[in-house]
Amino acid sequence: MKKNYESPVIQKMNGGLMNKFGTRTEYEPVKQIDGVSVQSLMAEFGSPLFVLSERTLRRNYQDAYRAFSTRYPNIQFAWSYKTNYLNAVCRVFHQEGSWAEVVSGFEYQKALGNGVPGNKIIFNGPEKTNEELKLAADNGSLIHIDHFDELFQLLEISDQLKRKPRVAIRVNMDTGVYPVWNRFGFNYENGQAFDALKKIVASEKMELTGLHCHIGTYMLSTNAYRTAVKKLGDLAWKCKTELNNPLQYIDIGGGFPSTNTLRGSFLPGTDTVPSVDEFAEAISNQLQELGYGSTDIPLLILESGRVMVDDAGYLLSTVVANKRLSDGRRATILDAGVNVLFTSFWYDHPISPAQDFTHHTEDQVLYGPLCMNIDVLRQSANLPLLNRGDKVVVHKVGAYNMTQWMQFIHMRPNVVMIDEQGKVHLVREAETLAYIEQQERVPEHLEKISL
Amino acid sequence: MYLRKNIATSESGFIFNPATGDSFSANPVAAEILRQLKQGTGAAQIKEWLLESYEVEPLRLERDWDEFINQLKEANLLES
Repeated sequence: MKKNYESPVIQKMNGGLMNKFGTRTEYEPVKQIDGVSVQSLMAEFGSPLFVLSERTLRRNYQDAYRAFSTRYPNIQFAWSYKTNYLNAVCRVFHQEGSWAEVVSGFEYQKALGNGVPGNKIIFNGPEKTNEELKLAADNGSLIHIDHFDELFQLLEISDQLKRKPRVAIRVNMDTGVYPVWNRFGFNYENGQAFDALKKIVASEKMELTGLHCHIGTYMLSTNAYRTAVKKLGDLAWKCKTELNNPLQYIDIGGGFPSTNTLRGSFLPGTDTVPSVDEFAEAISNQLQELGYGSTDIPLLILESGRVMVDDAGYLLSTVVANKRLSDGRRATILDAGVNVLFTSFWYDHPISPAQDFTHHTEDQVLYGPLCMNIDVLRQSANLPLLNRGDKVVVHKVGAYNMTQWMQFIHMRPNVVMIDEQGKVHLVREAETLAYIEQQERVPEHLEKISL
Repeated sequence: MYLRKNIATSESGFIFNPATGDSFSANPVAAEILRQLKQGTGAAQIKEWLLESYEVEPLRLERDWDEFINQLKEANLLES
């Protein structure tokens, strides 16, 4: 029997101090996802291919729910649609008990389509049309007001509504994390937020139900949430005592990081990111210090997205070619690029070969298939020597890629979900030329071409 | 095409150039090629042997061969 072949290569060994953090992390090939073989998935559904693990989605939700519910008696998660609004993903979270958190009329309609009752949809975001506001108000959705113009917009249309809109305001604040996110919502420190609350209550045309904040994304500090709860708690207390309008909930938003490694980080995300339990501890402790009694304790709403879905998503890809760059570096070209893996601009995604390999590895740059210089999946990854046609698994791609992906140069691929019994379901079909062009119209005078 | 006479190689793929002090590691296929080059086996014979011993297509081997020889040249391991 012939031996397995690998391209011959030599690698210069550099003297000097050893790297105490090691260089190689991908020790084992990843041949299966939830018991389903990577090769068989790609044989049936093509390459590249997104794979979602329903088991991991549910486990992430249940772990996060346990982390908070064991520390605070009144909690509710709302699935952040923009993180991944494939209906199959949304429905997994809705089955688990999540409400919907949407930031556009389009997402609002998707939530309704997924069977979420109107009064369990949180409507965030800086742009809401009159029609969208009317629909949300009439459905009893929780409308989170972003700015004074929106507050007045709601007042203007209030006469046309069937019921008083249920509203909260989004509050921005200094939590000790910089830069401060102050583009959304009303500022706490300069009094703008309390002014907005006073106007809402004084108008008598809206039902002030809660407070909302979202202090940032990929937050690495639990203390920032402690500060946020303290400041929202202060506002909530003033609503109760000064405006005689006790609030039903405090929505702390999302922002918990996944264990992906940010580009340029010295240490991997798995070593630096606080766990959901640590965030839950900080938030729950601070909430309990607000001084509410057991009868009027506000509902804590969480809009976590990334931490719930990131590690449940995989991108399978095939090696198209190998190159030696003029500076001597090895380059590997994959058939999945930044068009489908938007988050490779932020993260050094872990990448594993999907077949056996020898111990020989080399630092290499990983390119996608786009004829564009920006198409780099990893600037430098220490990987075994991959042959043309070899398969790789890109890990932790579940958040934001299946919403921010671009139809650019290539079409978007199939997305499958592996259910808890190991059955594979196609949850989004690969795009076709006909799908892309169905929205286009060619003017009559451009119909004929002769070359 | 010959490997420089003073280059030391080991079966495990360790290569040492005493003239420059550089050392290299070679993967198994590269180590085998270097061993045969050191024995003075010609390129055509080595390629034939690789095709018989390994699961590889002739075109792929040809392409890899050229690249590997370039690497050896760049590393200053071949007789000029």
